[in-house]
Amino acid sequence: MKVKQISLFMENRAGRLAEVARILGQGGINIRALSLADTSDFGILRLIVNDVDRALALLRTTGHTVSVTDVIAVEVSDRPGGLADVLGTLEKAGLNVEYMYAFVEKATDKAVLVFRFEDTDRALEVLRKAGVSVLDPATVYSL
Amino acid sequence: MTLFFQKALECEPVEQRRARQSERLRAAVHRAYERVPLYRRKFDAAALTPADIRGLEDIEKIPFTVKDDFRAEYPFGLFAEPLEKIVRLHASSGTTGKPTVVGYTRADIDLWADCCARLLVNGGATPKDVLQVAYGYGLFTGGLGLHYGGERLGATVIPISGGNTKKQLMLMQDFGTTLLACTPSYALQLAEVAQEEGMDLRNLKLKAGFFGAEPWTEEMRQQIELRLGLKALDIYGLSEVIGPGVAGECLEQSGLHVFEDHFYPEVIDPATGRPVPDGTYGELVLTCLTREAIPLLRYRTRDITRLDATPCPCGRTFRRIARLTGRTDDMLIIRGVNVFPSQIESVLMRIEQVEPNYLIVVDRTGVMADLEIKVEVNEHLFSDEVRKLEALRARIASEMYSVLGLHAKITLVEPRTLERSVGKVQRVVFVDHKK
Repeated sequence: MKVKQISLFMENRAGRLAEVARILGQGGINIRALSLADTSDFGILRLIVNDVDRALALLRTTGHTVSVTDVIAVEVSDRPGGLADVLGTLEKAGLNVEYMYAFVEKATDKAVLVFRFEDTDRALEVLRKAGVSVLDPATVYSL
Repeated sequence: MTLFFQKALECEPVEQRRARQSERLRAAVHRAYERVPLYRRKFDAAALTPADIRGLEDIEKIPFTVKDDFRAEYPFGLFAEPLEKIVRLHASSGTTGKPTVVGYTRADIDLWADCCARLLVNGGATPKDVLQVAYGYGLFTGGLGLHYGGERLGATVIPISGGNTKKQLMLMQDFGTTLLACTPSYALQLAEVAQEEGMDLRNLKLKAGFFGAEPWTEEMRQQIELRLGLKALDIYGLSEVIGPGVAGECLEQSGLHVFEDHFYPEVIDPATGRPVPDGTYGELVLTCLTREAIPLLRYRTRDITRLDATPCPCGRTFRRIARLTGRTDDMLIIRGVNVFPSQIESVLMRIEQVEPNYLIVVDRTGVMADLEIKVEVNEHLFSDEVRKLEALRARIASEMYSVLGLHAKITLVEPRTLERSVGKVQRVVFVDHKK
């Protein structure tokens, strides 16, 4: 149930992001979700793609610094309060969210959110016990 | 059991050697005075004649030779032999204007080969070894110097020169290389590419490496030994004196034995020119006692080191010099503080996993100079979390401040954005937006 997210180190220079998008595009990689964390000097680009291994190989051979991080794709009710409910569950269990971002696509009629937890295994356990729907990786990569 | 290339000479009692050094010095002084106009002029200006130099005890009377003398006498003004007798020319990179040109007679080439063979045997090399020479071949003395040394020893020499890293690794494996000769930065580059290719260099037959042509730190040595699985030995030389083969570490790795039967070392205070006591750091001065083509006298190398005359466990009686950590002209002065690139490198190497792919940018645009250090973020350093990268940067900045005594801006950059080179790495750039 752990989804593999690709993270890339990027300098704050014009064209870096476009270059990555071009490399992935030319390599036939489909980006499913993305988020760009920025500081004044550099950024970290986080991607969910349809073919993790191929994307990693493409980015490494073109000299990028990449890493793979385990994240969880959670389904929440697509209505006001949907996010608050899930976060409430997490807060009660004392789980720390490092960052999160949303998918535009859906698997069912629920909204999909990507979470990075400090303790991924514990988070999976808490979510399971609370009956929160967690998507399996294969579904996520092809959303 | 310690191996020697020329045991009798390398382990000779010091007093016996001194007598021969004195004799050779007299001969070199005569040769220089009689055949090289520059030395005639220098001696005359100091009211000196060759007869005034009776031996080593009078060496301090001899005026110094400096790099500018080579430039002023370009190209062949310092040669003590006619061009017909010169069988080889080399030239050093010359970052400004004309290169420094040196020449060799046949006897000089032989002497050079012997010295480089000594270097290799310092590291335990035998005729059974396979030597991969990845120093550049050409006008640069590194490649051909180690090449001839390897052949003189009788090892199997692979004259691969620099570059083409993937091929180097392939041949290293296929040919069973046991000895590697290249710059320390290139050694790390080989390790980096090997890692990318999924190759573990420690599984190969490498046993020793001879690294020089640029200053490198203890921390870098440890990295190289760890990643390549060999004994990393420091070698020293400069083309003005002969090329590689002036000094080299033995397996004790505690100082470089100077082949002083051919190259007599002194260490002076660079400000006053007076010799300093053994053990005190100063500028290395070298005199060629046996070189025919260029009888170089008291050449100021601008390299900083100290002399160690204590006995070495290996049995060699050549005095040792400490690893060269910087040059008198490598030094940067930033906001009144002396900064050596080697200090910066030390800090970066200490921080776990940081490879020294860095660039120092000195910005002199404003009234006060600013120091920026660009550090490449490789996969070991990279973290998916912004705060961890920020913490890394803060840590580098704080350790840098504690070592340098001044604040430097630390910029994390993408891998391979900093220039890579096979030869000496250009670690410092100067920026001046006014221009």
